[in-house]
Amino acid sequence: MKHSALQIFRQAWSSHRKWPRTWSSPEPKPAYDVVIVGGGGHGLATAFYLASEHGIRNVAVLEKGWIGGGNTGRNTTIVRSNYLLDGNEPFYEWSLKLWEGLEQSLNYNVMMSQRGVINLFHSDSQRDGFIRRGNAMLMHGADAKLMDRDELEKVLPYLDFDNARFPVLGGLCQPRGGTARHDAVAWGFARAADQLGVDIIQNCEVTGMRIKDGAIEGLDTTRGFIGAGKVGLAVAGNSSRLASMAGLRLPIESHVLQAFVSESIKPLVDTVVTFGAGHFYVSQSDKGGLVFGGDLDGYNSYAQRGNLPTAEHIMESGMAMMPCLGRVRVVRHWGGVMDMTMDGSPIIGLTPVTGLYLNGGWCYGGFKATPGSGWVFAYTLARGEPHQLNAAYRLDRFSTGRIIDEKGMGPQPNLH
Amino acid sequence: MRIPCPNCGERGLEEFSYRGDATVTRPTSIEPSSESAWLDYVYLRDNPYGPHWEFWHHISGCRAWFRLKRDTVTHKVLAVALAAGVDGEDHRS
Ligand SMILES: Cc1cc2nc3c(=O)[nH]c(=O)nc-3n(C[C@H](O)[C@H](O)[C@H](O)COP(=O)(O)OP(=O)(O)OC[C@H]3O[C@@H](n4cnc5c(N)ncnc54)[C@H](O)[C@@H]3O)c2cc1C
Ligand SMILES: [Zn+2]
Repeated sequence: MKHSALQIFRQAWSSHRKWPRTWSSPEPKPAYDVVIVGGGGHGLATAFYLASEHGIRNVAVLEKGWIGGGNTGRNTTIVRSNYLLDGNEPFYEWSLKLWEGLEQSLNYNVMMSQRGVINLFHSDSQRDGFIRRGNAMLMHGADAKLMDRDELEKVLPYLDFDNARFPVLGGLCQPRGGTARHDAVAWGFARAADQLGVDIIQNCEVTGMRIKDGAIEGLDTTRGFIGAGKVGLAVAGNSSRLASMAGLRLPIESHVLQAFVSESIKPLVDTVVTFGAGHFYVSQSDKGGLVFGGDLDGYNSYAQRGNLPTAEHIMESGMAMMPCLGRVRVVRHWGGVMDMTMDGSPIIGLTPVTGLYLNGGWCYGGFKATPGSGWVFAYTLARGEPHQLNAAYRLDRFSTGRIIDEKGMGPQPNLH
Repeated sequence: MRIPCPNCGERGLEEFSYRGDATVTRPTSIEPSSESAWLDYVYLRDNPYGPHWEFWHHISGCRAWFRLKRDTVTHKVLAVALAAGVDGEDHRS
């Protein structure tokens, strides 16, 4: 059924009780041409683009829990393409272009809201760095706008502009950046993929890989063996665990990142603001809650919860930037486990095992990549080689020295 | 999560800084033939789900470096030892 205004009107007559299920839940078949492991946004988007762009429809997405229950449902939903390096910016800008047409191509409301993303700066050298990044963005066809203090005072009057340690001198704004509804992204891709014949199989955990003569044959799962011509891993946070089933070690550590939501308040923040120097960023959801977060906890973790020192630090940073937050109560917080790579950039491409492909290493920034990642991963799976847009994200870049270290932090995952 | 420093006993997490996996070994050779050993040391990690030997630094305390065996799922601390004297042998057990 196609979603439309007329359909909403028609369904209202039956009190919205007759909407069909958004996706079917078939029993797994004995084998598929392509099996995607991980039913987050990336896995579902990959399946959708395999079916819609490459005509490969004998595809299954295996999810150990429920779709979107991983980082897709745990992130702070910021969408942007404000990167500096050549390996990154064209990919993220293509992803942002896909976001801009996503609701039409999926026929699903993902609540994409291009409310702008503003990164604050506090010193002359930081401003110079931001100008350079803004110029790189413009040269790659993205949008960027430098805002001075006067302009910022109009949009964000409540900032502590004269903060003694981090006075706000201005910001780099990407007006086309913004937020989207995380769950809707998973559901929209699932529904569209399902309509093209993709099997979405939940409660199906992959527990092992069968590899013969260096090529993948299929997967052992909690719902039995499933044969596969090709396998694509999209299991954010768990990539090392899945890769170890194929005897591979990855340039990845799993780390926890926390997020927080406040009680609903009247409209206050109508953009996304990041205070990188103090480790805090914030936006406001349509329900009115402030959605905010900061940096990693900083130690290896597979626990989907963080520790209090980081929570305290994030609150302190928030208070430093927006003192008016002091009276707002936090109602929920949680953590998500992410693949932190050694250079802070993702890995999308081939592995040493024939037929096994990896999409991982998203660090804390993979939500914005969802459509672009699915798009290039589908291409890579279909053709057996990377697209130009993900060619730099190859796994062997660590052995060839072609790392993509956006922040210049070196091989220390908790600093990226 | 509380961290037991071998010198100071159990202290709050905010007193420590983290270095990562303590099982990787820095190669002694700089010959081209040692390239894969360097790749292994600089970039590749087991990243285990469960017990993990890792380096911590009691930066706001006694400033000692030590190794901690900690479960990455439960955060339970299983063993601790000063880093001094780490001899490059395999501590993956
Ligand atoms: C707190 C937080 C805030 C964030 N904020 C942002 C942000 O503002 N902007 C942004 O761009 N990014 C952000 N991110 C990062 C972003 O959420 C992720 O990079 C992105 O959602 C990854 O999508 P995915 O589909 O790869 O992973 P996931 O949605 O995690 O999907 C992976 C799926 O694989 C499944 N799986 C794992 N192991 C197995 C197995 N053995 N068998 C079967 N299935 C398995 C999991 O259950 C999971 O559902 C944030 C992350 C966190 C944790
Ligand atoms: Zn100490």
